[in-house]
Amino acid sequence: MARAVTNRRKALNTLVAWSVGLLIFFPILWTILTSFKTEAQAINDPPLFLFFDWTLENYAVVQERSDYMRFLWNSVIIAGGSTVIGIIIAVPAAWSMAFVPSKRTKDILLWMLSTKMLPAVGVLYPIYLLFIELGLLDTRIGLTIVLMLINLPIIVWMLYTYFKEIPGEILEAARMDGAALKEEILYILTPMAVPGIASTLLLNIILAWNEAFWTLNLTAAKAAPLTAFIASYSSPEGLFYAKLSAASTMAIAPILILGWFSQKQLVRGLTFGAVK
Amino acid sequence: MATQHSRSAARIMMAPAVVLLLGWMLIPLTMTLYFSFKKFLPLRGGDLGWVGFDNYVRFVSSSAFWPSVQTTLIIVGGVLVITVMLGVLLAILLDQPLWGQGIVRILVIAPFFVMPTVSALVWKNMFMDPVNGLFAHLWKFFGAQPVEWLSDAPLFSIILIVSWQWLPFATLILLTAIQSLDSEQLEASEMDGAPPLARFGFIILPHLSRAITIVVLIQTIFLLAVFAEIFVTTQGSFGTRTLTYLIFQRVLESQNVGLGSAGGVYAIILANIVAIFLMRIVGKNLDS
Amino acid sequence: MGQITLNQITKSFGDVQVIPPLDLRIDDGEFVVFVGPSGCGKSTLLRLIAGLEDVTSGDITIDGRNATEVPPAKRGLAMVFQSYALYPHMSVRKNIAFPLRMAGLDKEAQNAKVDAAAKVLNLTDYLDRRPGQLSGGQRQRVAIGRAIVREPAAFLFDEPLSNLDAALRVNMRLEISELHQTLKTTMIYVTHDQVEAMTMADKIVVLQAGLIEQVGSPLDLYHTPRNKFVAGFIGSPKMNFLTGQYAAGYDATTIGVRPEHISVSSSEGTWSGRVGVSEHLGSDTFLYVDIDGVDEPITVRSTGEIGVRHGDNVYLTPDASKIHRFDKQDLRIP
Repeated sequence: MARAVTNRRKALNTLVAWSVGLLIFFPILWTILTSFKTEAQAINDPPLFLFFDWTLENYAVVQERSDYMRFLWNSVIIAGGSTVIGIIIAVPAAWSMAFVPSKRTKDILLWMLSTKMLPAVGVLYPIYLLFIELGLLDTRIGLTIVLMLINLPIIVWMLYTYFKEIPGEILEAARMDGAALKEEILYILTPMAVPGIASTLLLNIILAWNEAFWTLNLTAAKAAPLTAFIASYSSPEGLFYAKLSAASTMAIAPILILGWFSQKQLVRGLTFGAVK
Repeated sequence: MATQHSRSAARIMMAPAVVLLLGWMLIPLTMTLYFSFKKFLPLRGGDLGWVGFDNYVRFVSSSAFWPSVQTTLIIVGGVLVITVMLGVLLAILLDQPLWGQGIVRILVIAPFFVMPTVSALVWKNMFMDPVNGLFAHLWKFFGAQPVEWLSDAPLFSIILIVSWQWLPFATLILLTAIQSLDSEQLEASEMDGAPPLARFGFIILPHLSRAITIVVLIQTIFLLAVFAEIFVTTQGSFGTRTLTYLIFQRVLESQNVGLGSAGGVYAIILANIVAIFLMRIVGKNLDS
Repeated sequence: MGQITLNQITKSFGDVQVIPPLDLRIDDGEFVVFVGPSGCGKSTLLRLIAGLEDVTSGDITIDGRNATEVPPAKRGLAMVFQSYALYPHMSVRKNIAFPLRMAGLDKEAQNAKVDAAAKVLNLTDYLDRRPGQLSGGQRQRVAIGRAIVREPAAFLFDEPLSNLDAALRVNMRLEISELHQTLKTTMIYVTHDQVEAMTMADKIVVLQAGLIEQVGSPLDLYHTPRNKFVAGFIGSPKMNFLTGQYAAGYDATTIGVRPEHISVSSSEGTWSGRVGVSEHLGSDTFLYVDIDGVDEPITVRSTGEIGVRHGDNVYLTPDASKIHRFDKQDLRIP
């Protein structure tokens, strides 16, 4: 809605919007600030905002004490792996549904969506049991599979909505030009859908990164990602605000950055194309 | 429109995704159903035989059941009301012309990307702690007695934390919906003499109704499953035990799998009731 | 070579038969146009030939080889789509080279052929651009270029000009005709525009509801339409149809007279009427004349300028030798 408004009105809007924005962002900002304080400064009364002795000590302590890098690595493997595998499985499926639709396509899409709505707690024990039986408990591969499966419906859906925007004639042209199915997908569809595939990748990495039911319940130590790393801070030991803040900052920073890039695609991905 | 050849290729290419999801759905679901009809205590005797609907009856008649339903409803309802109302206001605010719109948007969206365990811990310790939390400092500054948030107002606290996480989601979707509103419609209503409040009531709100419905449905599905926020704050004590958390405790903490599975079936039914409405909307959208 | 035979082919989508049994023979080097109103099955027919759709029954033979079960890539045909269907992520050069790349040609051979095609189509300066940076006419030429490098047995065009503006459409029409003269390859061209059909075709196939109404050269169709549908579809402005007493005198159920075969007089003639709208184009004048007992106004085309105005009474005289007569089944009476 590009409408002419007075500068005074715009200034007022700006003031209100920035105040609200900063208020909402404040907990994150405060966490980041606290991570650079000493433990004593972190609980100082009155609270210190900017004028304290900035220190990186907490980051060193956290890394040393809880082996941050291992958790980070687990998160990267699990979130990245589950998303990449999911996309490899989903691209052909989405191709089928977008370009060779049948009467059942809509039902299959909705059914896939319905699996996403299965409450995790309802199948917690069976999965737990299967994991024990198959030796997958507390392994990265096990968690990767589970997160791939819970995000697969979203991946298929997102890719489907992106593929739908590609005119079928272009794929037919490729077919006429002598491209086999594999070449059609590899040389024509995939490159054309790169923006869509990239945002699917991004959003699903975020969702997998932040997943906090299966990651907490199916890992103990070896395969625990950052969600579990942070949860281990839930029982306080002495002064720990600054260290908690440092750990939190490290856990959320990578995804905060990715998230800011993907904010536009977020809407499409999370509403299954129902809001554009 | 395609050839037999491409149709059979399509079926083959769809197979991996369909088979995997079918397995992911059917295997655990069947197992949950199976366990729900058994007395099954892995640490105290294991499989103790079939008990019919006993677990279903016991789960509902246990003293913890109704409070947990109530808690679930309060949390889900509270978060929905807060996020939708503030979300509409924020979306309208962010749609206004202002300086630094992009940055404000980023600030508002940020909480959505914070993992649940982090946001719960940060709120619990750095804001709600009765001694060192920021709220305690603030209360003391105004001469008030600091509040023990998580034990005196546990539901409110959890609603606050969860709302903070989900407000960005509602705002973002509602903002997208507002931006798709044809500005000529608004200008026409302005020409017709509608004051701002009437424009909001007659044009903007009806335009948003679909998006609001979607926000409500999707959030409901996720909110019914809220887990980590309770896991790292109150562990289900002080009346914060939701249905999800209750089932979790039955299954993993007290290892009463039969009882927990019956609860799981209830949770699945509950989620499906909400899901049906959501699927209707999404399905309609597929047709158009 | 490019000789295509359709033998008793049918196509159904579910229970709906869009193409009833159909036979057609297209000779090598012919320029064949499928024309008909939208939904007549002309595009479906083209897609059947291309192999993008399966025939429900019947055979398609290309150069004597049964191609019914052959996938599109192996039929040796090239197609130009309505939307051009260029690959947006590839440069013009890569677009044109794509079929060659799929055929496994080496880079040098690819480049040589692309350069040759670009020269013919005036695309040499644009080879490094992306399709998004080209005008509609240029995109059209790239699509044609992609088709000709393969040296196909036949070209298939699916309403290729419908996305262009009127002036460009005339230009491209000429270019495609010119191309046909140069290459002498079979071309099958689908359009709903009878002007394109008349100007380009060696042979026109008029389709309605999946049925072939008539096959013939443009002038055949113009002079001896097999039935009322073809008579009304071919020719612009449309043929006038009269029934009842007007037709009875000619021993027919319906008679048809083309607007250009009616003369106008202010004093005498066969039919009397009143002028409605008149359109003065300079070279021609179109009159819409209401005559008694006929619902639609009669269209008259006169060369040059004639001085009649709205409401004038005029007399119309059809050229008796150019009157088309149709029987109860709307078939032509010879």
